[in-house]
Amino acid sequence: MATVSLKKLTKRYGNLEIVHGIDLDVADREFIALVGPSGCGKSTTLRMIAGLEEISGGAIEIGGKVVNDLPPRSRNISMVFQSYALYPHMTVRENMGFSLKIASRPQPEIDRRVAEASAILGLDQLLDRRPSQLSGGQRQRVAMGRAIVRDPEVFLFDEPLSNLDAKLRTQMRTEIKKLHAKVNSTVIYVTHDQVEAMTLSDRIVIMRDGYIEQVGTPDEVFRRPATRFVAGFIGSPPMNLVEAEIRDGKVDFGKGETLPLPRQFKGKVSVGQKVVLGLRPDDLYPSGHGIHSGEEEDVHQIELPVSVTEPLGNETLVFTEFTGRDWVSRMLNPRPLKAGDRIKMSFDLSQAHLFDAASGNTLRS
Amino acid sequence: MRPRRLSAPVLLLLPAFIVLAAVVLVPLLLSLYSSFTPFRLTRPATFFTFIWFDNYISIFASRDFWWAFGRTVLLLTVALNLEMLLGLGLAMLVEKASRGQRLLRTLMMFPMMFSPILVGFQFKFMFNDNVGVVNNALQSLGLSNSAIPWLIDGGLAFFAISAAEIWSSTSVFAILILAGLLAMPKEPIEAARVDGCTPWQTFRYVTWPFVMPFAYIAMTIRSLDVARAYDIVKIMTDGGPAGRTELLWTLISRTAYGDARMGLANAMAYVSIILSIVFTVYFFRKLAAARVQIGAEW
Repeated sequence: MATVSLKKLTKRYGNLEIVHGIDLDVADREFIALVGPSGCGKSTTLRMIAGLEEISGGAIEIGGKVVNDLPPRSRNISMVFQSYALYPHMTVRENMGFSLKIASRPQPEIDRRVAEASAILGLDQLLDRRPSQLSGGQRQRVAMGRAIVRDPEVFLFDEPLSNLDAKLRTQMRTEIKKLHAKVNSTVIYVTHDQVEAMTLSDRIVIMRDGYIEQVGTPDEVFRRPATRFVAGFIGSPPMNLVEAEIRDGKVDFGKGETLPLPRQFKGKVSVGQKVVLGLRPDDLYPSGHGIHSGEEEDVHQIELPVSVTEPLGNETLVFTEFTGRDWVSRMLNPRPLKAGDRIKMSFDLSQAHLFDAASGNTLRS
Repeated sequence: MRPRRLSAPVLLLLPAFIVLAAVVLVPLLLSLYSSFTPFRLTRPATFFTFIWFDNYISIFASRDFWWAFGRTVLLLTVALNLEMLLGLGLAMLVEKASRGQRLLRTLMMFPMMFSPILVGFQFKFMFNDNVGVVNNALQSLGLSNSAIPWLIDGGLAFFAISAAEIWSSTSVFAILILAGLLAMPKEPIEAARVDGCTPWQTFRYVTWPFVMPFAYIAMTIRSLDVARAYDIVKIMTDGGPAGRTELLWTLISRTAYGDARMGLANAMAYVSIILSIVFTVYFFRKLAAARVQIGAEW
């Protein structure tokens, strides 16, 4: 098992820099997710760790050893690809045992390790099929089996669930989590799906435009987003983020619409400062239909018109118009509402976030 | 009484049947029939003498025929294998090119744009023992100080013919294999690299199985081509010296048009067509198996 360290890791294509000198330390046996929108450099970073892309600057260490110039096969890693990347001309058994065969392991050992991996993944019945005879979920499982059989120091996953339908994705997500508990090795997992990142990982690395925005546990990045981007990216539905200005001890959205300055930001902002206020849908709810996490006095109430509702059964997403735009809120124990109804909304400001409008950084510190 | 009318399906298919009968069936039957006669173009009456299998018996007893048959099989084997190897190499090099790949692909097809007759003339000229560029180069480089009789020695002439054949048709393999390489998904190759494969192992276990069906398609096309090889040999050596480069079809054409023994020539042609059929069936079987192997959806 091994740690992975990225030191000032840079990737350039010609003059275009894709990854701008990122630093990251992954602990032994940690499950870490790289998450971000398309083009943020997460897959490139993973491929550099795998050795499939050359690095333009900096260093990668696996188990304390610099692997910059080692080919993928000498890095003791295995990788699961988005498109599964199975060998079409080999059976499931041959696919899974291929790396061992290449390493000239004795046949009994290959058979044993393939049998173990297929038992973990429930592939026993499919060992003699070819990839073309398998469903998407089964192929994904074979791809994971192929990775497990190698017993590598580090597992790399490149959006492994993106090609599966929603139901299968949820199911496989659970299996990956179980799998990590069983094989207990270091995992670096790339995804653009923040739910996957939140549910699976010990720590999340949020990337944007080739920079790391924040590294933290799922709880940290959810509760204490370091930047406006992280705040908007993590959480579903996304956090309400609205530009405002600090004036008279209030958060002023213009046109006379204000909210009190949340207590936790008193003394951390200056008058006239341009800010972005963030409030999760969970912390904004029709009064009586939500739970506030802080003190009663931090809950601010305003009567607002409903513009759209999205019933989900156990809850309803209510969009209310405020500050010239829709704020999404989560209504527990929902009652029927229709567009145009005016209802009293509770703003739990103890959970509010403020970001500097210019830098996007949190003002909490 | 009303004239009986043909039904619509028969009526509609009739033109096709008539044309096919006229251009394929009748000539085929006539040629098959003539292979059982001592038909000579110079003595038309012989067309009506039926001699059963005499022609076939004399072919099977003929050393010349079996030498030509053997040479054709040898040329097939040599040319197809070398073209495959060279074509594969070319395709892999071109596939690696990140810039100018289109241009390279076009250049690669150049040899296919020349008539085999012209290729024959050009190679005959190049291998000429006095003025040819091959001897000239060998002598200038000090590798040889005599005029090597490329087209006069039997073995060397076979080599020269193979060279011309390979030069003109390697691109068939190169282009089909390149198509295979370009159609190939890249992830299995990356997976193989992560799985511990050296570049050679990646090629051996991942790339080659995928490209194989494409190579077999080229093999099928080229085996038919080479089995009927005629033009390049006709120009370069005309089967000579003393029949040492005689192939099936140069022998057949000599028998048919030189000696005017059409009946015998037809019998030879029927025997040699079996060769083409055998090769085609063989490569088609291989192709089908290879397609199943990679789970191809075409």
